[in-house]
Amino acid sequence: MIKSVSVAALPVAENLIIQKNRIENNAGPACKRVCVVTGTHGDELEGQYVCARLAKILNKEKQNLSGIVDIYPALNPLGIDSVTRGFPMFDLDMNRIFPGSPTGLVAEIAANDIIRDIEGADMCIDIHSSNIFLREIPQVRVSEQTAAELLPYAVMLNVDLVWIHASATVLESTLAHSLNTRGVKTLVVEMGVGMRITENYCKQLVDGILNMLHELGMWNGHIEQVRKPLVSKDYRIDFLNSDAHGIFIPSTAHGSHVNAGDRIGKVIDPLLGTLVEETLAPCSGLLFTLREYPVVFGGSLLARIMGDSKNG
Amino acid sequence: MDKNIIYSIKSLYRESMDIVGYTFGFGEHSCCVVGALRGNEIQQMAICAQLIDTLKRIEENGGIVPGKSIMIIPCANNYSMNIGKRFWPMDNTDINRMFPGYEQGETTQRIAAGLFKSIKDYVYGIQLASFYREGEFLPHVKVMDTNCRSRETYESLTDFGLPYGLIRTPQPYDTATLNYNWQVWGCHAYSLFSNYTDHIGRQSTQTAVNAVLRFLVIKGIIKWALHRGMHTRVVIESLIKNVQTSRAGILKKHVAVGDEVAEGDLLCEIIHPLEGNTIGRIESPVDGTVFFSYNKQLVMEHTDVFNIIPFSYA
Ligand SMILES: [Zn+2]
Repeated sequence: MIKSVSVAALPVAENLIIQKNRIENNAGPACKRVCVVTGTHGDELEGQYVCARLAKILNKEKQNLSGIVDIYPALNPLGIDSVTRGFPMFDLDMNRIFPGSPTGLVAEIAANDIIRDIEGADMCIDIHSSNIFLREIPQVRVSEQTAAELLPYAVMLNVDLVWIHASATVLESTLAHSLNTRGVKTLVVEMGVGMRITENYCKQLVDGILNMLHELGMWNGHIEQVRKPLVSKDYRIDFLNSDAHGIFIPSTAHGSHVNAGDRIGKVIDPLLGTLVEETLAPCSGLLFTLREYPVVFGGSLLARIMGDSKNG
Repeated sequence: MDKNIIYSIKSLYRESMDIVGYTFGFGEHSCCVVGALRGNEIQQMAICAQLIDTLKRIEENGGIVPGKSIMIIPCANNYSMNIGKRFWPMDNTDINRMFPGYEQGETTQRIAAGLFKSIKDYVYGIQLASFYREGEFLPHVKVMDTNCRSRETYESLTDFGLPYGLIRTPQPYDTATLNYNWQVWGCHAYSLFSNYTDHIGRQSTQTAVNAVLRFLVIKGIIKWALHRGMHTRVVIESLIKNVQTSRAGILKKHVAVGDEVAEGDLLCEIIHPLEGNTIGRIESPVDGTVFFSYNKQLVMEHTDVFNIIPFSYA
């Protein structure tokens, strides 16, 4: 059943409508509810296919579901519609305004409506797809302060990596933080790249979501064997930023294993035809982030490697 | 006057972007003024430019107090300004959400780090700030109500001689701004808001230039004949009344920034964008002064179209 989560009038004969699809079966008062949300950043589209595929499977085999799955494919519909990362007209990152306010501006009211709609759910999966610059392997990101509680759930999602990151005050205004502080266990998934759909990753995550529903006692249908993710706290992570400007040409496939000293890519100058910088792996490990967008400035992130050795 | 490149960055096909600091006087790092961090902060840059032009004259007349120095950075983002973009050309990130910066990080983190390294040790820091909402403000100066704020920072709000001094309770997103990090570093930090952002008002530029000069005179950093300015009313930012639209359409305003209004006065009408009839009327909820006025023609629902500072908080 399609429901409107938030509605606001735009200037000329149109409403901004944030919708969800509620799929339910045997939904008694004590039943469990899982929310799958995506599209906070209008240029991140991997979640679109995840939502579509999940809805299709759940609708087809509704008899195997017990409880409620709410699917929110577009928290920022105007952004998705206009290839805009932020919330159009406000020029702001929607994932920096949660929990919003019932009396604020449209973007803040929308954020508040979303929070109030999800509140009370048992789990929320917030799907992001990096940005247009970087490609990521499927991963769950959790903050240090929520890691102990969320890690047992993160490993259910069939991702390759669980990245536990430091808490920062500025991240207190994300959807995930707002929901976690309200008792909704929220997992942030990052995978793929902006403006594209990576079908294999989407299928992998849908398998993970079905597995999680199964573990929560909500799904009796078919499930796949899920992979066991690497957990970042056990390994060193190296960030490779460019120190030069130019065009980045990768020479190693994303998601592959590299050895220390391997060439990951190069930065070249097309005007002069010269090599500006070589990007070498500082350690052996998994190339889990790789730059997709070729133009780089000094400081642009080119790659991230998770080392093989324990904090080595 | 001394002119130094504080930070420089190069792009593939553009000339390098040099962030230039103009220093007057020698000795103690007394006051730093930062202009445009965003590409649309044209008035903020112009205020700095006029300030530099005036400080040159003051210096020639021996008006910089010995042992004190002032640095002005008019623009830290000419790459965005030159292409008419508000945020960073490539990734649309905001330099004023990157402080204190990170030297090994992404481009705008590096710019923030390079900038902050040169400006963090000043006694006073003044940022010519702009607001994310488009509209016109009454000129004012703002401090963040952080734990690091000393009594002096708060009391010096009135030294600018602007009509209003605001005290703001920081939100999570404020913690990555220049103002907030200056304060954490022990600097007395102020954000000075002028009337406009992407438009240079001659009078409002002069008002802001005078406010900074007045502050420098009162703090004993320069000697210069200047009138005292206005009496500053100090206001807690959260007590300002936001007046929101309840309908969407064409905004027809009946009052302007600086107007004094009584409770019940008609502030604006909302006109049906296709049919021309009035679909909404907004009246003032209080007796007060119009402090901010939204300046777009079209409004959506729940848009803050006016901010009104009540005459009293009773
Ligand atoms: Zn995202």
